[in-house]
Amino acid sequence: MTDRPVSEMTFEEAMAELEQVVGKLERGDVALEESITLYERGAELKKRCESKLKEAEEKVAAITLDDEGNPAGLKPVEGQ
Amino acid sequence: MSDLIDDPSPGKNEPEFTVSEFSNAIKRVIEGEFGHVRIRGEIGRVSRPRSGHVYLDLKDDRSVLSGVIWKGVAARLSVQPEEGMEMVATGRITTFGGQSRYQIVIEDLKPAGLGALMAMLEKRKAALAAEGLFAPERKRKLPYLPEVIGVVTSPSGAVIRDILHRLRDRFPRKVLIWPVAVQGEKCAPEVANAIRGFNALEPGGRIPRPDLLIVARGGGSIEDLWGFNEEVVARAAAASDIPLISAVGHETDTTLIDFVSDKRAPTPTAAAELAVPVRLDLLAWVEGQGARMSHAAGQGIAARGQRLRDLARALPRPQTLTEGAAQRLDRAGERLPAALITGVQRRKVRLSEAAGGLRPSTLRRQIGQERRHLAALAPRLPAGLLQTIRARRDALGHRADRLTLTPITRDIARKSEGLQSLARRVAEAGQRRIAETRRRLDALDRLHETLGYKATLKRGYAVVRGEAGVLTTKSAAERAGALEIEFQDGRLKIGGGTTSKARKPGKPPEQGSLF
Repeated sequence: MTDRPVSEMTFEEAMAELEQVVGKLERGDVALEESITLYERGAELKKRCESKLKEAEEKVAAITLDDEGNPAGLKPVEGQ
Repeated sequence: MSDLIDDPSPGKNEPEFTVSEFSNAIKRVIEGEFGHVRIRGEIGRVSRPRSGHVYLDLKDDRSVLSGVIWKGVAARLSVQPEEGMEMVATGRITTFGGQSRYQIVIEDLKPAGLGALMAMLEKRKAALAAEGLFAPERKRKLPYLPEVIGVVTSPSGAVIRDILHRLRDRFPRKVLIWPVAVQGEKCAPEVANAIRGFNALEPGGRIPRPDLLIVARGGGSIEDLWGFNEEVVARAAAASDIPLISAVGHETDTTLIDFVSDKRAPTPTAAAELAVPVRLDLLAWVEGQGARMSHAAGQGIAARGQRLRDLARALPRPQTLTEGAAQRLDRAGERLPAALITGVQRRKVRLSEAAGGLRPSTLRRQIGQERRHLAALAPRLPAGLLQTIRARRDALGHRADRLTLTPITRDIARKSEGLQSLARRVAEAGQRRIAETRRRLDALDRLHETLGYKATLKRGYAVVRGEAGVLTTKSAAERAGALEIEFQDGRLKIGGGTTSKARKPGKPPEQGSLF
């Protein structure tokens, strides 16, 4: 298990760890105390995954360039 | 025309041209004759001044033709001229009277057939491959779920629409479009600049830095796609820190950027599919994991509960543990009063037996017996005492006889002999010590003599003194009134005066001051 707080994990990290937690619980060879801790950790990871999945927001912008071809700002792109 | 120039005979009625008139005449002929030509040749030196016009040479193994591509035409060319490339130029010939030169003004420039173009591309590919830019270990893993996707493409057209559409279907994300020309002269520099520009964005800056790039263009002819074969684009893509997907042309088209990108997508739509996972699938997966986890945890608890019940059944009832003991207690309790009564009765019987023998006559008989015994012993007491005193006195007399002075005087004599011997040894040791010290003193004295300045006097040195003490310099001696020279055997005084020659050097002052 990584030491990073779940709230800072990327979706992929949280996903990988959730898979591990489920695997351990399903094997059923952990002590009861530990299985409770695991379950809590799993619930937290699942929440992290779900929140990353809910962050599915489409936002499209085009970069505007100055005369030298450097990015100057953003302009929203509509109706694509 | 050569007649006009070469005819040497003077005086003939032939027109005379000024140089400009002649230049113009040539211009008319040449430009009239070659108003539209197609010339095939290898590109020689190419120069691109800031004006935007392109100057180049077309050549074959014997001749060279200068050419110019005006700025507007150059921007439209799909394939930019490059030294060594076999190309066909279409245009017109103009003369340049000021320098007696002619050149072609190129209106279109195309590679001399697909073969020439592909040969060029193969050459570049080989060069970049030799640098290791295509190595599989250079390819980076695409992020599983990028937050911001940077797309380098034309802002209008089907490509960006396809990408956005597919992203929306799968997993809507933040998308930044960096608009570029996707064909023509500007294509390559703009695409390269866009890739570098996205990489140069600061993480957390005003414009968010993408964590994935897509460089995309729709299908077209090989000339249309040529910008993506340019080295500058390939190098920018290879240098990108942000993982990059290339999606240029159709599935059958492969451009140079595809070799250096981290992933090649056959179409822009496919690029979007490579870029993000399907959100609904992931949601379902997370749900599934949650369900499996709850089930597994519940299962774990249920299994433990079952086990607990099974064990509890095997456990004996608490009463069975105490029943035996309780029974023994009851039995003991019942026997207790009877046992007590029996014990008391037994003791009562022994008491009455002992009381039976206890009478005054028994006691009196015993007292009488003891009194008789005492009366028999009393007369023997005084005689015994006198006998004991006598015996002690005799013993004292024996001891006093043995007490004499002889052992004490013997001891005194022995110890006084020891004292005398010790006194002798002390005196001898003192003598030895004095003699030893004397010897060392003599030796030191001799050493002192040799080290002192007096010994050097024996070797021919002398000490010169003035009134103020030892003199060591000539000038001090000249100043002194009177001198005294010390030799080995005495001192010689020399009165005042200035006789300073033939004087031996004095002792060094530090040695003199020792005395």
